[in-house]
Amino acid sequence: MDFDSPARATYWLIQGRILFIALYVLGTACFAWIVAKRLTPLRRARKDFRLDRPWMRIERILQYWLGQWRHPRYWGAGIIHVLIFAGFLILAMRAFALLIFGVSNNLVMPGGRAYGIVRDYAATVVFALMIVAAIRRTIFKPQRYRVPARFGKDRTAGAVFLLALIAVLMAADGLFDAARAAAHAESLPHGSLSWAFQKGLFFASLQTLWALYLGAYLLHGLTFFFLLCYRPFGVQFHVETSLFSIYFAKLERGTLKPVRWDVSEADLDQVKSLGVKTFEDFTWKHILDFYSCADCGRCSDQCPSNTAGRALSPRFFTLKARDYCYQHYPVLGRSGNGTRLVGSLYSEDEIWSCTTCGSCEAECPLLIEYIDKIVDLRRGLIDEGKVPQSLQKPLKALESRGNPYGKLEKKRADWAACGIRILNGNGNRADTLYFVDSITSYDERMQAIGRATARILGHAGLDFGILGACERDSGHDVRRFGEEMLFLSLREHNAEAIRASGVRRIVTADPHAFNALQHDYRDLPPVEHISQVIAREVEAGAVRFEPVANPDDVYTYHDPCYLGRHNQVFDEPRKVLDAIPGLKRVEMRRCRDRSFCCGGGGLALFYEPKEEERIGVKRVRMAAEAGASVIVTACPFCLTNIEDAIKVAGMEGTIAAIDLAELVEKQLEPRLHESVLISRGGRQI
Amino acid sequence: MKILVCIRRVPDTSENEIELNRAGNDIERDDLVYSVNEPDNYAVEEALQIVQKAGGEVTVITVGGEEDEEVLRREMAMGAHHGVLLSDDSFAGSDGRGIATILKAFVEKDGYDLILTGVQAEDGGAQVGGMLAAMLDYPFASLVTSIELLEGGKLQISREIEGGSREMNEIDLPCVLSIQTGINEPRYVGMRGIRQVASVPIPIVGASELDLEPALVGAAAAKVRRLDYFAPPAGKGARILQGSREEIAGELFELLKAKGGLN
Repeated sequence: MDFDSPARATYWLIQGRILFIALYVLGTACFAWIVAKRLTPLRRARKDFRLDRPWMRIERILQYWLGQWRHPRYWGAGIIHVLIFAGFLILAMRAFALLIFGVSNNLVMPGGRAYGIVRDYAATVVFALMIVAAIRRTIFKPQRYRVPARFGKDRTAGAVFLLALIAVLMAADGLFDAARAAAHAESLPHGSLSWAFQKGLFFASLQTLWALYLGAYLLHGLTFFFLLCYRPFGVQFHVETSLFSIYFAKLERGTLKPVRWDVSEADLDQVKSLGVKTFEDFTWKHILDFYSCADCGRCSDQCPSNTAGRALSPRFFTLKARDYCYQHYPVLGRSGNGTRLVGSLYSEDEIWSCTTCGSCEAECPLLIEYIDKIVDLRRGLIDEGKVPQSLQKPLKALESRGNPYGKLEKKRADWAACGIRILNGNGNRADTLYFVDSITSYDERMQAIGRATARILGHAGLDFGILGACERDSGHDVRRFGEEMLFLSLREHNAEAIRASGVRRIVTADPHAFNALQHDYRDLPPVEHISQVIAREVEAGAVRFEPVANPDDVYTYHDPCYLGRHNQVFDEPRKVLDAIPGLKRVEMRRCRDRSFCCGGGGLALFYEPKEEERIGVKRVRMAAEAGASVIVTACPFCLTNIEDAIKVAGMEGTIAAIDLAELVEKQLEPRLHESVLISRGGRQI
Repeated sequence: MKILVCIRRVPDTSENEIELNRAGNDIERDDLVYSVNEPDNYAVEEALQIVQKAGGEVTVITVGGEEDEEVLRREMAMGAHHGVLLSDDSFAGSDGRGIATILKAFVEKDGYDLILTGVQAEDGGAQVGGMLAAMLDYPFASLVTSIELLEGGKLQISREIEGGSREMNEIDLPCVLSIQTGINEPRYVGMRGIRQVASVPIPIVGASELDLEPALVGAAAAKVRRLDYFAPPAGKGARILQGSREEIAGELFELLKAKGGLN
């Protein structure tokens, strides 16, 4: 008996070819219908401009899709995923060839014997990993897959069902090969799944083998099309959508999307409604993101808000939106139009709880965006006037006084009583502008950072000045809290003042101001953070340090989100610390692009969310775990939150916090001071 | 329901450093920023919430000059349907009774079902609402902390009384209520909202349109005159507790108990 193509076989009196053509047409039509339905909300959504820089986008595909770049950040699950993904790529050709067998008489497998061996092992690995993954989900149950009661039911069953489907697909494929090989007494790759099946079929009759052969083939076809049509209903849809999500992913760091891609900033006043209020106010890319989420839980595992027990969990932020979408845009039935999201799907507290630290975005293997969505929702809340009372006062003060504290403009430079030059355009000029920003200008504790920064700049021989009363808040967090109009007015004021000052470069010690001037402002002179300036001076040998006073102290560096993750300045501050003689430095468990937010800067200081424990307290504990006695940071907001958290945690006396600029100023070697000034022709101010 | 909310522009206490001028008869007014009197903002929010439920219109009104237009606009950006500026040279220097007289003249012309004021102006004496009610012969309730509409032209209101307790009342419409802060959570007004109402005309109504006899208002008619401002002298008896956190907390507890701070 010749094990011929299933196309010629008969299934319950129906010729195989006809059965399979019917299955393929039906399956493909179903899939096309479902996908068309899934595209409906994308078509109704807001515009999003994602077609520029195709080469850069292809690079992203190579790195994050094909290269699976971010998966091994979680070792176990990452490696499993990389292997399954590689298996799928290898098996793609096999799957299509198998389908063709059902309609064609030709049973020749493309790729020859070598491909046959590789794909046999690939299927075996994928099959084995399905079992491993199922055990992981059902027995080991990693914490990050847990579903808190407020977010609905456990999702393990769905995950295991998906794993089972894939396992069936692999097994059917293996059995198909095994039955044929057993009948023809062919050999299969040693140790593979089909080889194992063949061993098991050693005593089977030809009839049985033929039945298994045809049965396995049909099972494979049915499972294949069932999976295809089942995918757009859950996490498995990422198999199709991830390619697009990654291709269209945001290319810049530290920036925010414009309020509307199709409306210029000047015309925003004419727009009827601002921000995201209903589901259709999201952009098509953001809805695509909702489809692509694979529910891996990494975002929420990293998220400081979620970790501290706040209302927000980025994982469920996305999953809730997807559930909403599938409910309102059903595959069968009419699509419903938008109800208000905040108040039903999301709570206000959830939307204000985000610190915009970006840890979720840094972790997501599929480059799903969160900050832009949260800010868009905040824009919607601001537009409706739904702003927590604790934020209204600082926002109003920013409008009338240019700082969130409501302090007088003329007192903005009071911290600089020692006589730092004020660049008010009246002949007072300098090469470098030190942009101070509100917290360092007005907060008594943080003013020390301002004075230290000024001294360092002077020490390095830079010709610099400040804007004084002409400076307003950079508006960085005004924008991130959704008050775009107020941000635009602050930006206009500052940009004009900076241009009028005639400076050629800008330095700041506040990463939020740094990020704003760098990404939110336009056409400004180059901007640097003070840590970059110090690192360069250290490297040039222009700045040298005294040994630390207490050699028993252990230092750790806390990466501020807007210096590190959003602007990739990780090494400079560490280099500066390592240049201080006798300084012992350790890294915290979460550092660099996995740094754990201090609790949030800017307006986040005024917002009081419901939480189990302060984010900052968690961070201080991490420093203690690392064995540090001094936390060095490079951001006035981080310093505020960490110093507060040390007190809340009752750890005064065992751990202390200091800003990098303060530490550097304390350690400056005084003798070199004068000679540098003379050799560089700088002026002391 | 037609609601009138009387508002006032005051120096914002959270955004100014209030100091006495040299003569000591006023505060230093250079470099001040102004905003709407905080309790008035709650009154406007309450009015907006009432019309949201029951329908109607909200009018905000203030007595003053051109510079007071900004607070009217801010409240209109919040959602108030109309703004009216009562302004006339003869109004200058009015005392509380004078202001109430001007408002009464406007209410008699226009007619309102409900008139709200803030519980007091941050620079005032909590007097206009009560006087206005008396002049109009309307019922009045002060320190109102909740309003509920009842059938048959009545309201159920609660008032804050000593010790934080609440007293429930029924009151007939039309009436005047002075609104306590905390009655609601006033909505935020962004720059966009203010710009969107920037060109809405605000009628200016003077003494002649109100048929007001100038002799009844203004400085000449004022029977209360401000003589002086002074900052209270620093008191004595402040104590800084010392010791460990537990000791301080314990001692503070004992002190509060001894002086009647804890019930």
